Amino acid sequence: MAIKDYIRQRYFPQMWCPGCGHGTILNSLLRAVDELGLDKNSIVMTSGIGCSARISGYVDFHSLHTLHGRALAFATGVKLSKPELQLLVPMGDGDALAIGGNHFIHAARRNIDITAIVMNNRIYGMTGGQYSPLSGPGKKATTAPYTTIDNEFDVVNLSIAAGASFVARSTTYHVLECIDILKKAISHKGFAVVEILSQCPTHYGRKNKEGDAIQMLEVQKKTTAKLGSKALEDDPTLIPRGIFVDIDAPEYCQEYDKIVESAMKSANSSNSSSSNENRISLTTKSCVTQGE
Amino acid sequence: MARLKLKEHIINRDWCKGCGICVHFCPKKVLELDSQEKVVVVRPEDCICCKLCELRCPDLAIEVIHE
Ligand SMILES: Cc1ncc(C[n+]2csc(CCOP(=O)(O)OP(=O)(O)O)c2C)c(N)n1
Ligand code: SF4
Ligand SMILES: [Mg+2]
Repeated sequence: MAIKDYIRQRYFPQMWCPGCGHGTILNSLLRAVDELGLDKNSIVMTSGIGCSARISGYVDFHSLHTLHGRALAFATGVKLSKPELQLLVPMGDGDALAIGGNHFIHAARRNIDITAIVMNNRIYGMTGGQYSPLSGPGKKATTAPYTTIDNEFDVVNLSIAAGASFVARSTTYHVLECIDILKKAISHKGFAVVEILSQCPTHYGRKNKEGDAIQMLEVQKKTTAKLGSKALEDDPTLIPRGIFVDIDAPEYCQEYDKIVESAMKSANSSNSSSSNENRISLTTKSCVTQGE
Repeated sequence: MARLKLKEHIINRDWCKGCGICVHFCPKKVLELDSQEKVVVVRPEDCICCKLCELRCPDLAIEVIHE
């Protein structure tokens, strides 16, 4: 299919500022879905609130534009009720790791089959440029005119520690790599995190004198390096890109199905003499108890 | 791999916001912004059909069609 078949053309031109990296992430994501040949009716995108979260309005998938920080909670509900659907959850850095930090670590811990994409522009774009847990010390923001003193999270290390079974990082400059990583993340069975460094020229770029979108992309090019590359070995201060973790681990919905099955079995064996009607009500009860 | 031959660039002027990312990062300097800050193709004969303009465009405003 053509890329245009995956979007709601009536909402274009999109609302992001000129040169905003979030548009490039939309672009890469559409290519990944197209190259995987996924049926758009099998995809659900949930998003929270932020410039980043507006992405769910542009895709012609099933979509839920929900509450700030809660995209993963909604996605968890959708996935558990319809595990056959593919869940894509793009989030801003504030959305994913400030207000939504708790949802994020627990979704990773459960290893539920969801693709989480952190659109990291290191700032709250939508609300006017407040610093985020991914800004890092020494950065300027409207809420830190004399620079921040807060350390930033390392999304990759945080996700690995929390239990995600696929963890990767790319940027809006490295589009070919980004498409490839997104394809692998979407195909992965389990909780997959892809951090994509994005540029907000309007707030982060202007405040931190990084210049326009083009100059910010030059920064991404200069300050990052591929895992295992000579460049990274020579200069460990560079931000590593690539796939950090890709393992098989028990997936939440499948584990849940097993619990339901064993509950059914034990209920059936203890009520083997009772009527069908009784059996059904008891089975339901034991499932509920197990779920608590 | 045989070299791809360009047919045309399809540019959506209503969607292009003139950020200039495609112009700056085109390895062959095929593109420019016009007086209305919209992308235009000035050196189509130099295009190597790498599609980096199409893939990086935040506005989905440029498409490279090859033979
Ligand atoms: C519960 C709640 N708290 C706060 C807000 C205000 N708010 C809206 S977007 C946002 C942060 C956006 O930053 P980020 O998630 O990084 O997305 P970006 O706009 O940078 O893409 C905040 C704090 C809100 N909408 N809801
Ligand atoms: S404010 Fe920043 S994040 Fe929001 S659309 Fe503009 S450039 Fe993008
Ligand atoms: Mg942000």
